[in-house]
Amino acid sequence: MSAPGRTFGEYGGRYVPETLIPALDELELGWREALADPAFRDELEALGRDYGGRPTPLTLAERFAPGKRVYLKREDLLHTGAHKLNNALGQAVLARRLGKRRIVAETGAGQHGVASATVCARFGFDCVVYMGSEDMRRQAPNVERMGLLGAEVRPVEFGTKTLKEATSEAIRDWITNVETTHYLIGSCVGPAPYPKIVGELQAVIGREAREQILASEGRLPEVAVACVGGGSNAIGLFAGFLDDSSVRLVGVEAAGAASLGTGRAGVLHGSRSSLLADEDGQVLDAHSISAGLDYPGVGPEHAFLRDTGRAEYVGAGDEEALAAFRRLAETEGIIPALEASHALAKALEFDEELILVCLSGRGDKDLAEVLSR
Amino acid sequence: MKKIAIYLMCGPGTPELAEAAVEGGADIIELGFPFSDPLADGPVIRRAGERALAEGMRTAPCLECLAATRRNLEAPLIPMTYASLLEAYGYERFAADAADAGATSLIVADLPVDAEPGLRRVQLVAPTSTDDRIALAAQRTDGWLYLVTVTGTTGAREGISSALGGLIERTRRLTELPLYAGFGISTPEQAAAAAEVADGVVVGSRAVEIATDGPAALRDYVSSLREAVDSVSAVSS
Ligand SMILES: Cc1ncc(COP(=O)(O)O)c(C=O)c1O
Repeated sequence: MSAPGRTFGEYGGRYVPETLIPALDELELGWREALADPAFRDELEALGRDYGGRPTPLTLAERFAPGKRVYLKREDLLHTGAHKLNNALGQAVLARRLGKRRIVAETGAGQHGVASATVCARFGFDCVVYMGSEDMRRQAPNVERMGLLGAEVRPVEFGTKTLKEATSEAIRDWITNVETTHYLIGSCVGPAPYPKIVGELQAVIGREAREQILASEGRLPEVAVACVGGGSNAIGLFAGFLDDSSVRLVGVEAAGAASLGTGRAGVLHGSRSSLLADEDGQVLDAHSISAGLDYPGVGPEHAFLRDTGRAEYVGAGDEEALAAFRRLAETEGIIPALEASHALAKALEFDEELILVCLSGRGDKDLAEVLSR
Repeated sequence: MKKIAIYLMCGPGTPELAEAAVEGGADIIELGFPFSDPLADGPVIRRAGERALAEGMRTAPCLECLAATRRNLEAPLIPMTYASLLEAYGYERFAADAADAGATSLIVADLPVDAEPGLRRVQLVAPTSTDDRIALAAQRTDGWLYLVTVTGTTGAREGISSALGGLIERTRRLTELPLYAGFGISTPEQAAAAAEVADGVVVGSRAVEIATDGPAALRDYVSSLREAVDSVSAVSS
């Protein structure tokens, strides 16, 4: 039951205190049963459609990238404004099946916190969201949204005061309240089975995008590109094309948080992956203008895809992301999240012509941060 | 005699503090090798870890601290840390170098019993552990079992966990090994209550707090634990 083995090649696993192992076993079993239950899939599909607004459109960005065919997968148009809702809805249905009515979550940009608060309102669950106080400052609108939705936002005041510490605190809360609480993790990170669950819930992005681009172009994209914080929108996009060897898969990390680009193998938040750490295994601080990418770890499946060569990972700096943010606003009338702006920045640099970008979220939350620059 | 294990964070003053704890009546010293993201730890040990890291207490200096502590002590010394340090250092190399420096065993807070079975260590069991997992932990553990008395992180609590009795009872049915209870034990009264049912107690956060007042304060504190625990031993033996 409790697979000690690693889940993605030499990455993944369960590096957590013993207290949590039975809950992870229960989660794994509950997830397998849910997947085998047509009623679960039907409910999820109906929620995605009628509540979330799926399928999200695919938009050709002609003025953003003249001379190329750059398509945007519009997760910014999903309810709550980012792909995070795909995961939150799925885990909420799962939590209800497991009989858990209290949810804890961590958030960086606040999008996962808002998605969690949203599904908790919809399902009548109690919701506690841990958020670093630095992130509460730079993503203030999302803190207010969570409050309106009835969630309790608990500031995390130690260490970097960002996503890394918020995640640790959420896990500590879960250890303490594990009998009543479901931990709604926000990305494809954490101990097994979380990376798989989140990956499968986000795979809807790639499934839809593949169909949509085939319908409009009659062929697959040459490149599929997404930003990588923990890696969930990227893994969801990539899922649609993993078996299409002609499609280049590119993940874009923040240059100051390049867990895959400059990291080393290590253990953080319950799994073995590539992370920013020193030679003693102490985790280093990440730095990014984008709160959602400001994380020193990454999902274990990305480390695996990097090592096998199936996906490539590049970095984009704060200034590049800001330039792409402004450019998309001015050329297409779409204000992207700063996270997604990293993917947009790189999309302009590829030699290939037909490019699919995951526009993971909208940028309303980032206005103050961008305008202050 | 019921055992007392005292947790101290590695640092320049640790050898002297460990001696004081043993003088006060500690049988075992756990030495914390700090990690930047200690998921199992509450605020006191987390902050002590942050301070230790700021003072440069990385793996090599911690091993030196262990060796220095060993020089004047016979008591078992057990490094307690997190998997990330062993990943970086190498599991086997870590175990070998710790043993060379005088370690009696190891505790790795985020390495459940089914991970890295080759690494000999004291295994932890929790109130949420299934009987199967307790049996496996008993089979693989190094000498004794560490019973986590609460679902939660390290740190002082009021009263003694109601989960402890049930956990001890279940574990006794599965093994004859000594069972030491830890997490949330800070006062002599709590230590005595835990020692009524367990074979020993582990005290962490409160010891770490008192250690900041120096070796004499720590010795007095451990003596008070010793007295409380011995009063139980005397009655129950
Ligand atoms: C809009 C948006 N995109 C991307 C991310 C990064 O997360 P992930 O890499 O899991 O998709 C976030 C995280 O907060 C986000 O809000």
